[in-house]
Amino acid sequence: MYKYVVKRLLMMIPTLIGAAVLVFLLLRAIPGDVCEVRLAGTGLYADPAEIELCQKSLGLDKPLILGLDTQFTDFVGGYFTFDLGESMWTGKPITYEIGLRFKLSLQMAIMATVVAVAIAIPLGIISAVKQDTWIDYAVRAFSIAGIAIPSFWLGIMIILGLLIFTQAWLGEPWMPPIDYVSPLEDPWRNLSQLIWPAVATGYRYSAVATRMTRSAMLEVLREDYVRTARAKGLMEKVIINHHALKNALLPVVTIIAIEFAFLIGGLVVTEQVFNLNGLGKLFVESVGNQDFALTQQLVMLVVLVFVFTNLVVDVFYAWLDPRIRYS
Amino acid sequence: MAKLLDIKNLRTQFRTSGGVVKAVDGISYDVEEGETVAIVGESGCGKSVSAMSVLRLIPDPPGRIVEGSIEFQGRDLLQLSAEEIRKIRGAQISMVFQEPMTSLNPVLSIGQQLTETICLHLGVSEQEANKRSRDLLGMVGISDAARRLKQYPHHLSGGMRQRVMIALALSCEPKLIIADEPTTALDVTIQAQILELMKDLSRRLGVALIIITHNLGVVARYADRVNVMYAGKIVEMGSAEQVYHNPQHPYTVGLLASVPRMDQHRGKRLVPIEGQPPDLTRLDAGCAYRARCRWAVDRCTAEIPPLEELADKQFAACWRSGEMQALRREAS
Repeated sequence: MYKYVVKRLLMMIPTLIGAAVLVFLLLRAIPGDVCEVRLAGTGLYADPAEIELCQKSLGLDKPLILGLDTQFTDFVGGYFTFDLGESMWTGKPITYEIGLRFKLSLQMAIMATVVAVAIAIPLGIISAVKQDTWIDYAVRAFSIAGIAIPSFWLGIMIILGLLIFTQAWLGEPWMPPIDYVSPLEDPWRNLSQLIWPAVATGYRYSAVATRMTRSAMLEVLREDYVRTARAKGLMEKVIINHHALKNALLPVVTIIAIEFAFLIGGLVVTEQVFNLNGLGKLFVESVGNQDFALTQQLVMLVVLVFVFTNLVVDVFYAWLDPRIRYS
Repeated sequence: MAKLLDIKNLRTQFRTSGGVVKAVDGISYDVEEGETVAIVGESGCGKSVSAMSVLRLIPDPPGRIVEGSIEFQGRDLLQLSAEEIRKIRGAQISMVFQEPMTSLNPVLSIGQQLTETICLHLGVSEQEANKRSRDLLGMVGISDAARRLKQYPHHLSGGMRQRVMIALALSCEPKLIIADEPTTALDVTIQAQILELMKDLSRRLGVALIIITHNLGVVARYADRVNVMYAGKIVEMGSAEQVYHNPQHPYTVGLLASVPRMDQHRGKRLVPIEGQPPDLTRLDAGCAYRARCRWAVDRCTAEIPPLEELADKQFAACWRSGEMQALRREAS
């Protein structure tokens, strides 16, 4: 097991290097740069000398890859000196820019995952066990609706609902707070801000996972070893929770992990609806500004999250399934 | 000897989009304590369904036991509550399935799968269950039991897994083991080992066995009594001796002619049974075997022959079973 984890950790290195090279090159393939956007973005006349000066100060005049002092060495060198550089747009340290939003995005992703898992696993199991009964139909309708309804629309409905109901009950409308407070500082305020977007995204997320749980469960329940478990006289709940679920969980874990990694940087629209200052918004802004330095660090962060989640999934797989553990 | 299991007029049906499949259509037989009964027939004749019906393991929907009674030690299993039948499964009656490769749970260790059953039915401590599991593995001929208990099914070969299944079936000292084609998926060399093992254990522990098979060699060697099934019905019933040497139903005659026998000279051709078994959704008022039967007469189309006693405890369901000896002689 220990060996397996070390091996998987080492395998992360080539993935990260590949991602770094790719991101670096793709960003440079976009015409223009941050200086042109800043000085000429309005469409008014800009002095070419001024743009050149700006490029020089940001290191954008350096050669791309070939050589010792290039844009690529600036980018990669940052990882060895633990200095990720500054945003080309705001001039503030990238660690500051990302750190500000990462806490919120991470917390959102975790909360949405908790919501999704808490809904998906029990519903998926019930739906499979009670296949073709009204419970199954209700669960399926619930999860299909979850896939069909866009999170941002659900978000808008939640906000409207909150406003209308609080107006009716409390006499004055209540809105979730807009600024992020650490859960350690003021857990109540933190929760009242993030629970609504977590529910909105968690619902869609749970819909996918519910369907996966249901179909995996249905498949497993038809397996011979479930029949054996019944023939042994085991109680139905032991058969479901112990014999079947452990087998059915593998594909579900994969889905949950992929969604989780996606949530870290991909919640652009939902963040907009709930007015959250998260990584998704930062992503869009940095790309719009052609802020290469920030964009590539953001992409690397998302890559890191994906690679790390995959590692966690693989370890979890091995824990669940001895056939992987011993191969 | 006392009757352990007494099945009367059992009917199990499956509702499918193509109509109602009468998989088991009114069968009656009994099993005495410590006895080995074989159920023989080709694929799809309802032998497995009849066995699964005993423990009520037929998935519902689509399957349902529509009629009959299954008395086990005087209690009708079909009248028991779900909880009561659960307590009988694995404890009083256990099963060995056809597919050893898939019948054990791949993510649980052999030890877990054995001890959970023992703890559940015998109510002993985990430590005791562990000790019993080791003894059981020894009993079914698996050496190095302590190590094997920690292993997972994928570490074991098919034959080994079937041994584990047998250990599992024996774990709570049942009165009856139902073995559904226990050797079909195994190599020929292993088949004999497994059957010997089952027969030996059943004799030593006084467990009754129902062996479901399509292998007549198995019947001849291991069974006390034989039920031959065709299209959901028992068409012939008798001691292994009677059925093997003096078959009274054309289907049994056909089955015996289609397998090689050591007591015949080697040049003799095998005679297959022509045609296919009937569609179980479209059975009519006549004998189900008549389309494939070389001795069918008009009466076979009109009426289903009942299962009647011909000689000492030998039963057959054929209008012409009285003439069978003469017909067979004529044919050979």
